[in-house]
Amino acid sequence: MSALDVLPGGERALLIATDGAAQARAVAAAVRAQPHLEVQDVVPAARTVLVTVAEPRALPALREALAGLEVDPEAREEPRRLTLEVVYDGEDLHDVADAAGMSVQEVVRRHTAGEYVVEFIGFAPGFAYLTGLDEALHLPRLATPRTSVPAGSVAIAGPYAAVYPRSSPGGWRLLGHCDAVLFDADADPPTPWRAGTRVRFTP
Amino acid sequence: MSRGATPAVILEVTGLIGSALVQDLGRPGLAHLGIPASGAADVGALRSGNRMLGNADSAAGLEVMGSITLRAHAPLLVAVTGASGPVRLDGEHVPHTPLPLATGSELHLGPPRRGLRTYVSVRGGVDLPPVLGSRAHDTLSGIGPAPLAVGTRLPIGVAPRQVPTTSVEPGREIAHPGPQGLVMCDLLPGPRQDWVSDPQTLHANTYRVSELADRVGTRLVGPPLTRIRTEELASEGVVRGAVQIPPDGAPVILGADHPVTGGYPVVAVLTEAASDALAQARAGTVLRFRSQHLRWPRARSRPGTS
Repeated sequence: MSALDVLPGGERALLIATDGAAQARAVAAAVRAQPHLEVQDVVPAARTVLVTVAEPRALPALREALAGLEVDPEAREEPRRLTLEVVYDGEDLHDVADAAGMSVQEVVRRHTAGEYVVEFIGFAPGFAYLTGLDEALHLPRLATPRTSVPAGSVAIAGPYAAVYPRSSPGGWRLLGHCDAVLFDADADPPTPWRAGTRVRFTP
Repeated sequence: MSRGATPAVILEVTGLIGSALVQDLGRPGLAHLGIPASGAADVGALRSGNRMLGNADSAAGLEVMGSITLRAHAPLLVAVTGASGPVRLDGEHVPHTPLPLATGSELHLGPPRRGLRTYVSVRGGVDLPPVLGSRAHDTLSGIGPAPLAVGTRLPIGVAPRQVPTTSVEPGREIAHPGPQGLVMCDLLPGPRQDWVSDPQTLHANTYRVSELADRVGTRLVGPPLTRIRTEELASEGVVRGAVQIPPDGAPVILGADHPVTGGYPVVAVLTEAASDALAQARAGTVLRFRSQHLRWPRARSRPGTS
């Protein structure tokens, strides 16, 4: 197992650079499995894992643990699966069809055909970045973001698909909406997905 | 500690100019769900007030930007820390030591002469229901108790067993400009120094806190850094105190309510103490950055090395 690429992150954090999201999830799982490290947050993302500790004095022990960390690349992936029902009535649906050079029905067909994986959660509570979007639908964000995107909006931008758990500003292209609750601060867990969760959309 | 079935002890907001938020040490541990840690912007000031009162460090207090008047509806013990301004108890000026409020007493905190954020801790802590484990108000996501307004009535928890200290915690003053009018901020290396040609620019110059500063982040005015790599950085986890360099080269320092991931390279990270100092730095404050180096434990020594 090759040594991890560990970058500095301040008094209480280290950033591990990985080859991609799957390795990031495997490293995150390996870190979480370590006892006695006073780890506070483990944040996998597209090509990194941020690890923070509760106190600066715990950082040397973390660094040492990472130096010898055994990462199982075949580690059992996150088992959650989510199927989200979508009403395809998004404001940008027709523009997306035009930009992609296909009919609206074809856009819907390709979006629902995808087998998606949560690459990571970031930007906002419960905002999951999904990979697996059909390449024909890879389009840049809107030139001018909306000041307010309705909660539940099903959206795409670049290689990612997402659902806005709550209303927020946003520049992603809106295909439709979904009624599933994707973030509830009073629920346990507050959000139904994690890095690695498999997701499908149905019309 | 919560009171359960006994009647709530209330601290009421009877006057407010500016903003007042309930804050504690935040809700760390949920970043993988996109939930920011939030918490007091000047952690040291809140902690100092809580310790003075014998509270747990995690007790919730008020973070005030501006001026506030509070009325006690039961006997309460209160500490005022952080930015310093005039404090009047029932009309009389009092120093910033633990202040006993009798039932009906009114505490008025005037706008600070120095610093930005004043912390009001109460023995027993603010006892609103926690959200995701914390009573901190996150201004970006809106999670946590609503910002306070005139008329807000805050329940106060049962006093802890730990007795309050009777003296002001020494040495814990907010950073204020030294003889050269500068606030020193200690920096550690960040993960993406190789995205700029000149990371030492931060240390070689002074920077001013701009008007674009809030609990999410602080934009600085000063010599820009030069991005070598101009492509988009894949979003990655970031921390409070991170110094991000957007394409225009003007540093942005992340605050308590920063989103959990960011797409701008982080070239340095403020120490916790420097983040606390920044939380008290008004627009126009001049900052000078100073490099710190973490001391790692020595590697296992080999023969011939010291």
